[in-house]
Amino acid sequence: MLTFLARRALLAVLVTITVLTISFALTRLSGDLATAIAGPQATAADIAIIREAYGLDRPLVVQFFDWVGSALHGDLGRSYLYHEPTADLIRVRLPVTLTLGVTGLVIALVVAIPLGILAAMREGTALDRAIMVVAVIGQAMPSFWLGLLLIIVFGLRLGWLPISGNDSWDGYVLPGIVLAFSAIPALMRLTRGGMVDALASDYIRTARAKGLGRPVIVLKHALRNAAMPVVAVAAVQLGFMLSGSIVIESVFSLKGVGYLGWESISKNDFPVVQAVVLFLAVVYIALTLLADLLNAVLDPRLRSQ
Amino acid sequence: MTKLSLRNVTTWIGAIIVLGVLLVGLLAPWITPADPFAQDLNMRMVPPSFMEGGSPDHFLGTDQQGRDYFSRLIYGARISMLIGIATVITSGLIGTTLGVLGGFFGGRVDDVVMFAITTRLSIPLILVALAVVGLIGSSLTVVVLTLGLLLWDRFAVVARSTTMQVRTLDYIAAAWCAGASRAHVLLREVLPNIAHHLVVVSTLEAALAILLEAALSFLGLGVPPPLPSWGLMISEAKDYMFFSPWVIMVPGIALFVLVLGINLLGDGLRDWLGASRDA
Repeated sequence: MLTFLARRALLAVLVTITVLTISFALTRLSGDLATAIAGPQATAADIAIIREAYGLDRPLVVQFFDWVGSALHGDLGRSYLYHEPTADLIRVRLPVTLTLGVTGLVIALVVAIPLGILAAMREGTALDRAIMVVAVIGQAMPSFWLGLLLIIVFGLRLGWLPISGNDSWDGYVLPGIVLAFSAIPALMRLTRGGMVDALASDYIRTARAKGLGRPVIVLKHALRNAAMPVVAVAAVQLGFMLSGSIVIESVFSLKGVGYLGWESISKNDFPVVQAVVLFLAVVYIALTLLADLLNAVLDPRLRSQ
Repeated sequence: MTKLSLRNVTTWIGAIIVLGVLLVGLLAPWITPADPFAQDLNMRMVPPSFMEGGSPDHFLGTDQQGRDYFSRLIYGARISMLIGIATVITSGLIGTTLGVLGGFFGGRVDDVVMFAITTRLSIPLILVALAVVGLIGSSLTVVVLTLGLLLWDRFAVVARSTTMQVRTLDYIAAAWCAGASRAHVLLREVLPNIAHHLVVVSTLEAALAILLEAALSFLGLGVPPPLPSWGLMISEAKDYMFFSPWVIMVPGIALFVLVLGINLLGDGLRDWLGASRDA
């Protein structure tokens, strides 16, 4: 197992380096950065000043190693717009995105696991089919549109919840529900699949033969085995949710990391774009590594390999 | 028997929706009642004809610039179908090539393929797509290419794992014995035998591409105005949604129904073709 984890860790490092390169290349796509920063009204002299001030007159290779070098030291550059270190901008907004992501994940798990268990216990019946159809419907719902609908119904018509901002906890309810929708189908299918396999296995037959009650069999024996892949996938899903929260943050005006990314793209704030891409990628890489670790710890069969 | 028939019904519903939207998109110039770009500032925000205050001239009403909403919705079908199909072709080519090579040759080649897949998955999809469109400038071509270059991961994963299963089968060995070339084995023996898995992936990726285009356009960095993308229509209408909710209902329902149709069709095809569960 140690070789497996070492290989995974090495892969994570290599991927991080590649993402560093990609995030650098990304902001150079537009051609001349200085012209883009200066804006349409700038004169040639203005552009020259900007080029020198931001170090854009140096060779691309030098700029690249400068970016990699400082990024590895935790220095992600300074925002052109806020004139603050990019790392600070992300740090201030991180709690919002994390709260949103965790809220979404909790809602998704609370809905997906019971429904998945129910579908597995009634495998092949109309109820099973109906639950899977709900999953397909959830998958087809455009998240930003669902967000707007919830704003109209719960925020405006019923007035139960705030429609934007993150001043209090209830501002996270609607965006959390929307975010959960994206993860529910995958988690539900996985729970159902795992439970179907577990319920058909020998140890469940043994448990039944011992005369154990159905709730004990389902919850204690089958779920414990079916839960392992769900835990691992939940960690990966959280990664997807954090990077996918950009749409939901803008719908609900939550000032999180995703919102920062969107804002900096629309305002040509390249160091921030670079940094947010890198940051979200590293969070995802760390979460997948964690998922592999969790799998190895939770499943004794993997440990001996 | 009941479970079979319900599955059949949903598959047919999906197929009818997808074919219907495809036809509507193809026939758009001949079936629209009005020019989708023609503005009429005296006829702004007219509700649909079946609602109070609606006009018989505009079945689904008009938008904030007085353009016929029904005609824009029909032209929007073109954009969504184009995005879905073009993205699947681009990403399918990239992903299938990588996956088949990795699965077939194994070893170092497979390491590189796995590395490419892992890297792609770690890149925040929406953010990078937004950044590329924002930096290069928004146009339909840029959106299609960006999504095509980003959405190949599932094609690669499925092509790789199914190629690995097929590689060791008897007919591949038979082809080798018959003196077939490497290209012949890959293109004539492996590819046709994993194709049904890839068809199912195509439906999933088309649905995802359509949703992503809508999200990018909604955030203002997708298909540029005045093109009638459904996501852009929702974005342009959202300032009016509090007083006239139908302005976001119409394009939203269209988007939802199309994606639902593609997913139902995909689910049906998965069972029907016996494709793998991870597709």
